[in-house]
This record gives sequence, C-alpha cells and structure tokens, in this order.
Amino acid sequence: MTPTKHVDRRTTWRGQWWRHAVLIPLTMATLYPVLWVLKMALTPKGTPDLSANPFPTQVTFANFEALIGTTDIHGAWLFGHWLFNSLVIAGATTVVGIALSCTAAYAFSRFDFPGRELGMNAFLVTQMFPGVVMAIPLYILMDATGLLNSITGLVLCYSTTAIPFCVWMLKGYFDTIPRDLEEAATIDGASQWTIFTVIVLPLSRPAIAVTALFSFMTAWNEFILAATFMGDEKAFTLPVALQRFVGDYSTDWGAFAAGAILVSIPVMALFFALQKNLVEGLTAGSVKG
Amino acid sequence: MPALLRLLAVAFCVALLPRPAVAQDGEVVKLWHAYRGQEQSALEANILWLQQRDPAIRVDILAVPSEAFRQKLTSAVPHDNGPDLFIAPHEAAAEWAGTNIIAPAIFPAALPPSTFPETAIDAVTYDDRVWAVPLAFKSLALFYNRALVDRVPADLEAMALRGAEVAEIPFAYEVGNFYHHAAFFHAFGGRIFGDDGRGPVNLETAGTRDSFGFVKDLVDAGVVPPEADGALIANLFNTGKTAFVFNGPWFMGEIRPSVDYGVAPLPTIPGVGPLQPFLTVESLYRAARSKASDKAVAKVVAAVAGLEGSVVRATVGRQVVAYRPAHEDPRIARDPTLAAFVKQAAAAVPMPNRPEMSAVWEPANRSLRAVIRGSSVPGVAAARAQQEVGFYLRPPPAPTSPGPYLVLLAVLLLGGAMGTLHLARRSNVVARARKSRHAYLYLLPASLGMVLVVFVPFLVGSAVSLFAHKGGEFTFVGLKNFVRILQASDYPVTDPMSFWFTLVVTVMWTLGNVALHTGIGLGLALLLRDPWMKLKGVYRVLLIVPWAVPNYITALIWKGMFNRQFGAVNGVLDVFGVEPVSWFSNFFTAFAANLTTNTWLGFPFMMVVTLGALQAIPRDLTEAAEVDGASAWERFRHITLPLLRPALLPAVILGSVWTFNMFNIIYLVSGGEPGGSTEILISEAYKWAFTRQAQYGYASAYSLLIFGILILYTLLTKKVTEAGAPA
Repeated sequence: MTPTKHVDRRTTWRGQWWRHAVLIPLTMATLYPVLWVLKMALTPKGTPDLSANPFPTQVTFANFEALIGTTDIHGAWLFGHWLFNSLVIAGATTVVGIALSCTAAYAFSRFDFPGRELGMNAFLVTQMFPGVVMAIPLYILMDATGLLNSITGLVLCYSTTAIPFCVWMLKGYFDTIPRDLEEAATIDGASQWTIFTVIVLPLSRPAIAVTALFSFMTAWNEFILAATFMGDEKAFTLPVALQRFVGDYSTDWGAFAAGAILVSIPVMALFFALQKNLVEGLTAGSVKG
Repeated sequence: MPALLRLLAVAFCVALLPRPAVAQDGEVVKLWHAYRGQEQSALEANILWLQQRDPAIRVDILAVPSEAFRQKLTSAVPHDNGPDLFIAPHEAAAEWAGTNIIAPAIFPAALPPSTFPETAIDAVTYDDRVWAVPLAFKSLALFYNRALVDRVPADLEAMALRGAEVAEIPFAYEVGNFYHHAAFFHAFGGRIFGDDGRGPVNLETAGTRDSFGFVKDLVDAGVVPPEADGALIANLFNTGKTAFVFNGPWFMGEIRPSVDYGVAPLPTIPGVGPLQPFLTVESLYRAARSKASDKAVAKVVAAVAGLEGSVVRATVGRQVVAYRPAHEDPRIARDPTLAAFVKQAAAAVPMPNRPEMSAVWEPANRSLRAVIRGSSVPGVAAARAQQEVGFYLRPPPAPTSPGPYLVLLAVLLLGGAMGTLHLARRSNVVARARKSRHAYLYLLPASLGMVLVVFVPFLVGSAVSLFAHKGGEFTFVGLKNFVRILQASDYPVTDPMSFWFTLVVTVMWTLGNVALHTGIGLGLALLLRDPWMKLKGVYRVLLIVPWAVPNYITALIWKGMFNRQFGAVNGVLDVFGVEPVSWFSNFFTAFAANLTTNTWLGFPFMMVVTLGALQAIPRDLTEAAEVDGASAWERFRHITLPLLRPALLPAVILGSVWTFNMFNIIYLVSGGEPGGSTEILISEAYKWAFTRQAQYGYASAYSLLIFGILILYTLLTKKVTEAGAPA
C-alpha cells in the first residue's frame, strides 16, 4: 500500500459530513418510538398520549418501583428471581448455542462427508416448522423427559431454536477464512481440534459476536414457553413478568413500558461489550501473510 | 469476558442444583389465576387470611400471563401438571367440560348455589351441571367525568348532546370491537343463539343490521371516534377530551387519580331500549385430575368466594362480586361505583357459554368494522358474518379408514430404505463416512438436540394433520384437511378469506420486508464499518435499540402513530398539506403500516449481521481497487458484494423464513384490517388452532402447507442466487 503523507480527508469531520447528514435524521426517526416507550414508563398510568411530543411532561418512577419491588405473598423478592433466571437462561443459551453451533458449522465448512448437504438443509428446514404444530408435542416431550419446571429444559429449547441460524451464519463466515493458515498448521503437525480452537475460532470473532447476540435475544425475550413450562412464580423469567401486565380486558402500559426499558438495558450492554469484536475481527493482512 | 463467563457458569450450576423441598406443613392446593394489580392483591389477601386461620392448608398461588393461560392450562391438566383450582371467565366452561379440563364445581356447605344470582349460576351451567363457583361480574357501564358533567343524562341522545357541549368528543368506546358493540346489538333485540339461547348461531338478523346501521350513523355524525382502542380511550378520558366512556370495571385502574369520575348503568337509546352489554362471570373452576381433597378445595373456595373474601375482593380489588349476601354488606352497598356495576349486571346479557361462541368473534368484528369504514352496508355485512361463522363451524370431514394410508406409508418407507441402501452401495458411502468420523463428532451435539427438540415434536405434530379434532376427540380423516384448504371452494380467489389471496399477501409481506431489512441494514453497515468513522459506536448502539426493546410495546406505539385522528404520521403529513390518511381502511395503506413497523423492528438485526460479515472482506482489496481508480460503486459491486454473499445469504434466507411466519406484528398493528386482507398464512393456522374451535388437525395441515411453500421458496432462492453468483 502506498503510504500517504497528507491526512486522509475521510477521517475528518469535514470529509465525512454527508454520512452524518444521513445518519443523524435516521437515528432520530429510529429513536422516536422508543422515546415514547420511555415517556409512557415515566408517566403515571402511562398510555401513548395524543400529542406528538415524545418527552415526558411529568416524571415518576412509580412504574419502575412497582415492577422492581414485586414480591410474592410470602414476601420473597420475585423481581430478583426473575432477573437471575433470565440472566442464567439467556447466558446459558448463548454459551450452549455457540458451543454447539461452532463445532457443527466447522464440520460443515471444513469436512466433506456423506450427508453434508442433507445436514445443512435439515438445519435450515427446522426454521420453517411453524410453532403451532410443535407446541403440544414439545410439552409432552418435556414432561416425559422430566425437563418441565427446569432451567435445563428451557435452555435446551432456546438453544435449539437459535442453533440453525448460528450454524449457517458461522459456516458462511468460516468459508471466507483462507485455508492457507490451516494447511500450514497441519504441516506443522497441529491436530484438527487445535486448528479449530487456535486458528479458526479467534479469527471468527465478528461472526461469533453476531451469533452470541442472536442466541441471547432468542432466550431473553421469550415468554410463552417459559410461562407454560414453569410451574412456580420464582422460576419465571422477566418477559413472563412483563407479559403479566397484559390483561384480558386491559393492559397496564405504563408498567409494561417500564419493564420493556429494564429488559432492553442488558441487551444494549451486551451489544456494547460485543461490538468491538464486530469491527476488529479478522485482520486480513495477517491471514494473507 | 472470561470473568462474566465464569460467573454465568457458576450461576448456572447453582440454578441446576435441586431445590430443597419446602417443608410440608399441610395439604397443598394449587391455584392459578391471571389477575394483576388490585385484583391480584385482593386474591392474595384472601389466601393469606385463610392460611392464618387454617394452617392445615397450604395454597400455592401462581399468576400466569393471560396470553399464556389457556395454553398452559390445556397442556398441563391432561398431563397431571395442572392446578387444583383456577380462575377464568365463564364462557369457556362448555369447551373445557367437553375436553376434560375441568370437573364439576365444589360448593362449600356454607355457600350453596342458591346464594349466587341466578344469572351467574346459569352462566356456569352446561349440560345441566354447574362447572364453577361464580366470583365476580365484568360488564361495560358508563363512566363520566364529574369535573365536566354533574349528573348522568337521561338517555343516549341527551348524553351525546351534553358530551358535545363539554368536551371535544361527545363520547367514546371501542366501536370496532364486537364485545363492546354487543350493548347496541342486544338493545336492538339481537341474540347470538336466538331468543331462547338454544338455537344455532344467527347473526343475519334485524338486531345485527339495525345496530350496525345505528353505530355507523354515530361515527359519521362525529359522535364517537371511529378508531379507538383501550389505550386511546383511557387517554381521551384522562385528558378530559371526552366526558363519557363505556368501559368495564378494569377501567377504574386506568383512570388517573386526579380525575374525579362516576359510574352509572349504560344509557337507553330513545325509542329502542336500554343498552345491554355482555356479562362475563369470572369463576373459580375445579381442574380435572386435581389431586387435592374435596375438603381442602372447599375451604379455599369458601375463603375466596364467601362473605369475607368477597368483601376484600370488592373493597381492595374493586370487583363486582357475585356472592349475594355480600351485596348487603355496608362496605359494598354504600359504594356508588360498585352499586352501579351491580345494577348494570342485572340488566346485562350473560355471554353464551356454548362452544360455538368462539367462532363468532372474528366474523362479527370484521363485518362491524367493514360497516364502520363504509366498505359494506349493514345488510350485506350481517349476511357475510353469518356465512363466515358457518365456515368456521362446518362439521369435520368424514372419518376415513387408515388402512390404505398405512400400506402407502409402509411402501414408502420400504422404497426409501431400499433406495438409500442402493445409493449407499453405489457411491461407497460407508467407506467415505468412516473416513470422516471427525466431522460426525463435531456435528453430534447440535444434531442430537435438534432431533430431540425439533424433529420429534414436528413429526408428531404433523401426523395430527391427518386427523380432525372436535370436542377432545381425534378422528382419522386422511388427506381431507389438505384437500379442503387447497380447494378453497368456500370463497372466490379474490376474497381476503381465500387461501390463495392470503398466500399472495404473505409473499408480498416477505419480499417487502426482506428487501427493506437487507437494503437498510447493508447501507447502514457500510456507513458504519470504517474505523475512522466518527461516533460510529454511538450510532451503532442507538440503531440497534428497536431490536432490543420488546416489540409488543413498540408495535402498539406504531399503531398509535398510524391513528387517523391522533397519530404522529398524519401529523407529519399535515405539515406537508396532505389530507389525513385512514391507514387501516385500505389494503395498501394498512399493508404499508405493517411493513413500516416491521422494517423498523428488523433492520437492526441485518445491520449487525452485515457488520459482522463485512469483516471477512480484506480491506486491502478495496483499497487496492481504489488506488487503481475504481469508483465507490464499482468497488461495492465487484468486490464487497460478491465477497459478502456467502456470509449474508444465510441471514437473507432465514430472514425470509422468519418473516413468512411472523404474524404478531400484523396482529398488533393492523389486526388484519381491512376485512382480514392483511393477514398472512400463519395467522390462519393459529386461528384454526386456538380461536376457531381448536381444530388442531386443520391447523396442522395449514402449517404443513406453509412448510412446503417455504421449502419451495428456499430452493428457488438458492437456485436464483447460485445462478447470479460469479463462478
């Protein structure tokens, strides 16, 4: 590459003003509905009101306090249980989902074996099963295997929901990693497993970050299965608690909005933590050697 | 990161440890409910009170989200995981009695059925048996703002006039919701199952036509707002934009403390008669297969439904309790709000508890809305509603002998096995498979999970498509469910109810969404990928917010933004001098509203995926091209896009598959309006399974067809993209 002496224009505010001119209005339009959620959360008996102003005119934290302070009739702090369960379940789903998908995707990307195409397609096909056929058989299965009322059961369901996308995403990414490095390592006597863990995985950080976020979200926002499989209030997750504000006849939108904000914060934090992997993944130069 | 992982691992192990058994200090009675807020507090107070008096009983109380309640109940009870008692509206009594979800009620000796109003006992009686203990009444009544009006007007006409004088909107209720409309339907003499309540569903009556016409006139005269949902009505009332609202007891919890309100029975239509809303009796059911003793159950029933329990539920929970002796208690009798609801309950029409009732809502709502937006006239709409009810209630296909199907299955299995064996021998599969043992090891864990949790339930679930389900019994009907769907002979092809019409809408929905998601996501990722881009981290985090916030609430906000009278979208259009658009009255605008909402929800995911995928493209390639004088477009077209393809294609294919089956946004935003035309195929499958008489077989056949279409779609996409890919 030719080293440039003068400052690259694109790196200055002036050189990139048009990007900001596109992004600023777009970001504002994107955030407009979210500001409404915030406004509803901060307004007593909050409902979307009839103005176009998305900023709260009066502020109360009552909606947040009510949710965070939820206890059961024996005084146990339910919100703490829900948050803990949600974090454990979504965290475990992410770990299990990624571990299983990375190995499977590696097999699809690097080995040629009978049934490879079929297997790939089988993973894809699972995403096409409409949930409506599966709900009752899945319940029977969980009941029969003793996984009802257990975190393990939910983690199993969620990670298998997330795996197909993760496998396809990772396989697509693995395919773009040049094989020269692995071939060199093989000549040096490295085992397949070493190549996988020491070379391929670290190079795939961007794709792993995407799949981690995806797996986490799959588990983090689900409530129907969690409400159906769990038989104890202390075993519920945050989305179940959130959905409790939706009644047969009416919905407590203020409380729901407060809960929605609380639920979004960990997701944003996770994305913030992961995003450096999204941008500085594969340093192409070193691979091309 | 490792620290976080370690923490999670520890937490996970702790969570997996068996929980120490709670000391058994009495017989356990499990009670499920969907109450929240004050009603929940009141119920919990009932239970605590019982446990203080009677330590021999321990009540395990579980609050379930109402949206998951039915599914949880109907899954759990047949597998002995159900509750002993649960609280639900009376309407489902017949259906649950027929499907063995409930057992006949236990009335404690102190409160025999005769201590409840006759209407309440009638409501929970089916097949001459009483199936539940009545707890509370729910019906609409009139709420008025005392700061604006000092007394209740004499009738509906006077109310409309007075309302127009004191506020912007004369009065408000959920015009397009048949549950709310029923007050008018009954006033005009309409009865869903005929006058004696024992006939078949009949909506093609003067009651339907006259009430539809009457309400249409109200809307046209600007007396009631045409597009009003619960949130909007609460808002109009809380902000003093209307002085009169028809709503139920739950509305008390939505009124701001600063608003001084009164409640009265619904007014009379001059020359027609009093408005008569539906009456729902919330009841305490005994679940079938309950293990608790009758004695313990009776004690819990007495504590909740009896005098002390009723007074607590009325004063703390603001419930209109059913137990009659409680009405004389001064704490209830002197409460004007509760007294007004009690009076209204006596003049209301109990919701029919016949199983056929569940098939009425959808057609009645659709026809009502068609009249209100002016695309149908009352006579035609009533006939159409009746025809649709007939469609949902038609008898299942005749049973078929499974013999030929079993033979066919055996032949197919045998043929498949022989074919595979033949292929395997020819292509030397065994040897090759043995050589790639490693690959199978890598695949094993994921595959095991998939087979267990996905394939097995799917096979079981799809086998159901060969059966018809009615009243808890499955009969084998072969492929007749599929034939019925595909023939689609009940409606012309251009009718929104036809399978083929819905298929076209579904394909439009999928293509539109995927194109917009991918386009916007890719564009943003390209803008935000460069390391020298300023504020890139801030933009990125802000732009994924739509993905992070639960869509149940953001979809509601979008729906509000598309409201004709009050929405922000029309507000913006107004600035540019565009006439307000009635978004949900026209197929294309309603579709556009759904599409906009889902685009907003979906682009962040594609942005994140593309950002990840872009990292696979070596930067020096594009830089070299730049040095060679390639334009930005040429670099994108010939370097970035081809290299992006392998990593992006799975997201695009899977995105289409998910969108194809994503009905909740449509349900929340347009609700299928106008006339069910914006529904997609999967919503039909859900409705057949859950709201139209639990026709699981038909729903499963629907799902399998969707599955088939998706496989075809994917094959096609892959063909097209492979053909377009550079060799």
